[in-house]
Amino acid sequence: MSSQSGTYFVPAPTAWPFYLTIGLFILVFGIVEFLNGNGVGPIPVYAGTAISLVFIWTWFRGIINESESGKYSAQVDRTYRWGMAWFIFSEVMFFAAFFGALFYARQLSLPWLGGTDLMTHAVLWEGFENTWPTNGPGALGGEFDTIPPWGVPFLNTLLLLTSGVTLTFAHHGLRDGHSRRNVILWMWATVALGATFLYFQVEEYMEAYGHLNLTLESGIYGSTFFMLTGFHGMHVTLGTLMLAIITFRLMKGHFTPESHFGFEGVAWYWHFVDVVWLGLFLFVYII
Amino acid sequence: MEIRKIGAALAALPAMFSGAAFASPYNISPGVTEITKEVYGLHMLIFWVCCAIGVVVFGAMIYSIFAHRKSVHPKPADFHESIKVEIAWTVIPFVILIAMAIPAAGTLIKMDDTSGSDLTIKVTGYQWKWEYEYLDQDIRFFSTLAAKSNQARQLGSGIDPTTVDNYLLEVDNELVLPVGKKVRLLLTANDVIHAWWVPEVTGKKDAVPGYINKMWVKIDEPGVYRGQCAELCGRDHGFMPIVVRAVPEAEFEAWVASQGGSNEAKIVASVADVAMPDAPVAPAKPAAKPAAAEPVKLAVAGDDLVANGEKLYNNYCAACHQPTGAGMPAANFPALVGSAVVAGDPAVQINQILKGKNAMPGFGYLKDIEIASVISYTRNAWGNDSGVVQPADVAAQR
Amino acid sequence: MSHAATHDDHHDHGPEKGIMRWIKTTNHKDLGTLYLWFSMIMFFIGGLMSLVIRAELFEPGLQFVQPEFFNSMTTMHAIIMIFGGVMPAFVGLANWMVPMMIGCSDLALPRVNNWGFWILPFAFTLMLSTLFMDGGGPAGGWTMYPPLMLQTGDAFPYVIFAIHLMGISSITGAINVIVTILNMRTPQMTLLKMPLFAWAWLITAYLLLAVMPVLAGAVTMLLTDKFFGTSFFTAAGGGDPVMFQHIFWFFGHPEVYILILPAFGVVSTIIPTFARKRLFGYDSMVYAMASIAFLSFIVWAHHMFTVGMPLAGELFFMFATMLIAVPTGVKVFNWIATMWRGSMTFETPMLFALGFVFLFTIGGFSGLMLAIAPVDFQYHDSYFVVAHFHYVLVPGAVFSIIAGIYYWVPKWTGHMYNEKLGQIHFWLSAIFINVTFFPQHFSGLAGMPRRIPDYATQFTDWNMISTVGAFVYFIAQFIWAYNIIANCVLKKGEKATARVWEGAHGLEWTVPSPAPYHTFETPPPLPEDEVQGAHDDDYGVAKPA
Ligand code: HEA
Ligand code: HEA
Ligand code: CUA
Ligand SMILES: [Cu+2]
Repeated sequence: MSSQSGTYFVPAPTAWPFYLTIGLFILVFGIVEFLNGNGVGPIPVYAGTAISLVFIWTWFRGIINESESGKYSAQVDRTYRWGMAWFIFSEVMFFAAFFGALFYARQLSLPWLGGTDLMTHAVLWEGFENTWPTNGPGALGGEFDTIPPWGVPFLNTLLLLTSGVTLTFAHHGLRDGHSRRNVILWMWATVALGATFLYFQVEEYMEAYGHLNLTLESGIYGSTFFMLTGFHGMHVTLGTLMLAIITFRLMKGHFTPESHFGFEGVAWYWHFVDVVWLGLFLFVYII
Repeated sequence: MEIRKIGAALAALPAMFSGAAFASPYNISPGVTEITKEVYGLHMLIFWVCCAIGVVVFGAMIYSIFAHRKSVHPKPADFHESIKVEIAWTVIPFVILIAMAIPAAGTLIKMDDTSGSDLTIKVTGYQWKWEYEYLDQDIRFFSTLAAKSNQARQLGSGIDPTTVDNYLLEVDNELVLPVGKKVRLLLTANDVIHAWWVPEVTGKKDAVPGYINKMWVKIDEPGVYRGQCAELCGRDHGFMPIVVRAVPEAEFEAWVASQGGSNEAKIVASVADVAMPDAPVAPAKPAAKPAAAEPVKLAVAGDDLVANGEKLYNNYCAACHQPTGAGMPAANFPALVGSAVVAGDPAVQINQILKGKNAMPGFGYLKDIEIASVISYTRNAWGNDSGVVQPADVAAQR
Repeated sequence: MSHAATHDDHHDHGPEKGIMRWIKTTNHKDLGTLYLWFSMIMFFIGGLMSLVIRAELFEPGLQFVQPEFFNSMTTMHAIIMIFGGVMPAFVGLANWMVPMMIGCSDLALPRVNNWGFWILPFAFTLMLSTLFMDGGGPAGGWTMYPPLMLQTGDAFPYVIFAIHLMGISSITGAINVIVTILNMRTPQMTLLKMPLFAWAWLITAYLLLAVMPVLAGAVTMLLTDKFFGTSFFTAAGGGDPVMFQHIFWFFGHPEVYILILPAFGVVSTIIPTFARKRLFGYDSMVYAMASIAFLSFIVWAHHMFTVGMPLAGELFFMFATMLIAVPTGVKVFNWIATMWRGSMTFETPMLFALGFVFLFTIGGFSGLMLAIAPVDFQYHDSYFVVAHFHYVLVPGAVFSIIAGIYYWVPKWTGHMYNEKLGQIHFWLSAIFINVTFFPQHFSGLAGMPRRIPDYATQFTDWNMISTVGAFVYFIAQFIWAYNIIANCVLKKGEKATARVWEGAHGLEWTVPSPAPYHTFETPPPLPEDEVQGAHDDDYGVAKPA
């Protein structure tokens, strides 16, 4: 029962965020106790996740209804655009931290260990030479092999790039008011591509753990490899879900050629995930 | 900034600063090396620069506060911008800063050059002690907080720190250095990051596990100089002091010889044998502690163990269990004299020393031979008589 | 301002009743209030912890606590004061004032705003609960350096996730402020006519967006290093413990400006009011803050001069750090020029603002000394550093918060606070904050390391003075607590006019006190009088009185 008071849109008081926080709290508590191995069991994790999801869902449904019932002024639309844009910026900075770690290790710490810092090398790590990939002078996690870039990773690159294109087709279709059917088809294509990417990603991980002995424990290479690709994978998962939801909304007849920020927001997010992957492909797989 | 000088004056009045380990109670000391003297110069320079600017800035403020208060200056002026002054007070500070930066850079570059040193010492930080290794003289020993301070600093020890001379700044084995020689220090750590700092001899540098940091000192005047670990390294970060004894070269040679000769040193040496080069530990993986990987050594003579054990006991145990082994029943630190654990199955005692129990911390970071020695000592001191324990037995229980 | 005045709590969705009002509220004023009360509680908890520290340090020897507990006090004290005290307090001020200053009804994303606040109590529950766990609370210092931090007991993951939650909260807050300022200003208000407080917060918000995620990344790596066998910070695996320090301080240094830029905003608002004279050099103030923000990204390693960086690095970070003195100086000089030939009165907000300028500058000077790398080898991790950052944080950030609250509280509640108590509060605070922290310069220079529960006897005198100061200062804050509670809860104090302060300008003073629940229903006009940033030539019309 929110209202347009004056020229500003002011939502009604709501407890969604509060309940969402409780959900997160229980979830975090569950994870933490699991990590500490205090045998609390998985219930808090499931419960927390469930509660969180329910209220994320309610919250977004609320927004969607407001938007569909035309409560939103151009200003609110701008608000959401700016909001999404800067949220994505903060995501970029999150990945920056891990890329930073990768560059630091390769440009500084490994060369030092490998001899550019004479004493460190001579006194502590005699005989270690700086190669990449490496699991460090302690050879933590033992011998391992890496995923060749021009196999599955390259395929995945193509998949993501194509998905970017199909998404753009869908967007233009929607914007220029072409037939809904085509738009929706393009969207499903995008979702499918995203899902396939994820499938291959999982394959790749199973290969790494199963046959290559490439694991999180495999020194700095394993650490950076799995943390970067892992967090990216999570974002793809989220992105694919959001794309699916948008598609369902399209099928329900949401969005107009003029106003479809929900759609665009997801599109931006998807392109961001796409770009991060290019970074990964270049710095993690190829170089 | 006037306050500083007043405060300084106030501080100077009561000259009650015991064991003047630090030259001044309210300022950094010029120290006893060329570098520390230069650093002191820079410090005073920047300090006076700040004072000068402070006088101007605060002077203007205070004047304005009095002269432009409403009661005497009811009609406010209404200027509110001037590009000229903005430029002025951007450029002037900038120039001052450049003038500061140049000499600073010079000193920094000097500090960085460790080439042409006469003697190299490897310094390794442990929780919570230092290990010194004279690479050229192959002398190697640990340096820990002196027993007396260690006793006094226990919570509720009832000992008044002011009665302990050089409280917290005294060690069992000092780092002995020759004056007038360029000594290169290679800093590293075995568990967590520590930092080596003796204000009068050199500024601090971190000891990082798995990496070596270099620094050099050239001490001009003989004397004893004290410092402390300067990077938070856990429970006893405040209790791992550093003491440097700078001696004339001849005296240094003599000391080196004595280290080479004495019986005590044999044990120290044998400790050195069994110790593998300190591979840094992966902290999250205790299994990787170097001690664990230590090759089990052929048996060591019982007497040596007991002899070596006494020293270790006084460093690590005496604070609570007392040099007499009588413990402190009041603070419920049990007596070891006629203690069931000490008399009983060695395995139990070894385990307790490795893992700790109740208030007693684990000593797993000690080397097998050290633990063996200290146990053997307790089993033979104060009329106890329950045999010796070999490094192998300890290794077996890691 | 009839369109605003006629609008009050009887509106269709004015506040609900009872506790649900606070849980469900999406109103910027309610949330601002929540933020401020929360931060006040945190300030006192953090203050109590600092008293444990000071009590233990009163004389050499251990009297009260075990070293491990002492370390966790130090660690918690810092985290609580920074993430629980200062940051929420400034977000609270932003919540209250930004919409009123730029002329809109609420923040752009009210529900997100509610979320951002409600995360905090839960996050700090996680954080504080660790004090009661085996292994005790986190004791690795607020900087959480590995490998030491990895030795933390059960508390470890609690701390990590608590920090993640705080990060989420800050990021949502930052996005909200940015969007509000860029998008909801009343049309006549161009960016360069914005009140400086809004500018300060806009820039702060960008800093938050840029560095909070980096902190999240850093602590995530800690988490995986401890639980999933990664080796970001382990040499044996090719990592480097120092790498963490680089990532942490890439967050950490901008963070300290996150703690001070809003303070600059508050002070730049208060001084002109009580000098009855327009802020001097508005534009240069904005540019100065922008350059401080920019520089803050390239100076982080001045916290790491002693880790053994290559010479080139040491030199670069030394020069870059010294540079920051220039824009900061410009601000100080502009404040003085604003006072110059003004017509000053010294109500409590002004007193705290002036106290800020004095004492922050002293803290700045010691900062500059710390920037000289070769000398920092002596200062580093000594009490000199502790003195430095408390000068910029307590009489810096905290004083500005107190000043801001005294300044705006009549607008919030419609009552004046008790001026007499305010003056007493100021003088006690100003005197004893110096008694507390000035001696720490000396003990630091004399060689006393920080983060130690016990010290060599020659440091005794300074520490005794410091401890006495700390206790009196802490007690003095209860005068403040009473003054605020009397005003907000007991509704004491005479009615406040709409303008409240003779020399106050800005849209917030055009609405009645207390301000209506939704301040501006429609974008208000912007009379030149109320514009902080306007130049004479901006309007043909007359200059402000
Ligand atoms: C609000 C927070 C805040 C602020 C604003 C500052 C401001 C500054 N800080 Fe501070 N600092 C901290 C919070 C802050 N700091 C904290 C929390 C730590 C410790 C972290 C930890 O280890 O736990 C720290 C530590 C710290 C260090 C590391 C010390 C060490 O660990 O060895 C250094 C070193 O360069 C430093 C420098 C500076 C400088 C140069 C400024 C400059 O911005 C100051 C500029 C201001 C002035 C210079 C005064 C006004 C200027 C004039 C009047 C103009 C004319 C003046 C001149 C030309 C000299 N700070
Ligand atoms: C904003 C940050 C902040 C604040 C406010 C304080 C406040 C105080 N700090 Fe803090 N301190 C730090 C940040 C802060 N500190 C940090 C970052 C460290 C380093 C930790 C580390 O080494 O890891 C540290 C460490 C530190 C040490 C060194 C510990 C050690 O090295 O072992 C000491 C020792 O004296 C100390 C003392 C104090 C004291 C006496 C106060 C007193 O000022 C406390 C009294 C203050 C209050 C009671 C709050 C008053 C404010 C209000 C009442 C306003 C109310 C607000 C609203 C209504 C919105 N602090
Ligand atoms: Cu070792 Cu602190
Ligand atoms: Cu900094």
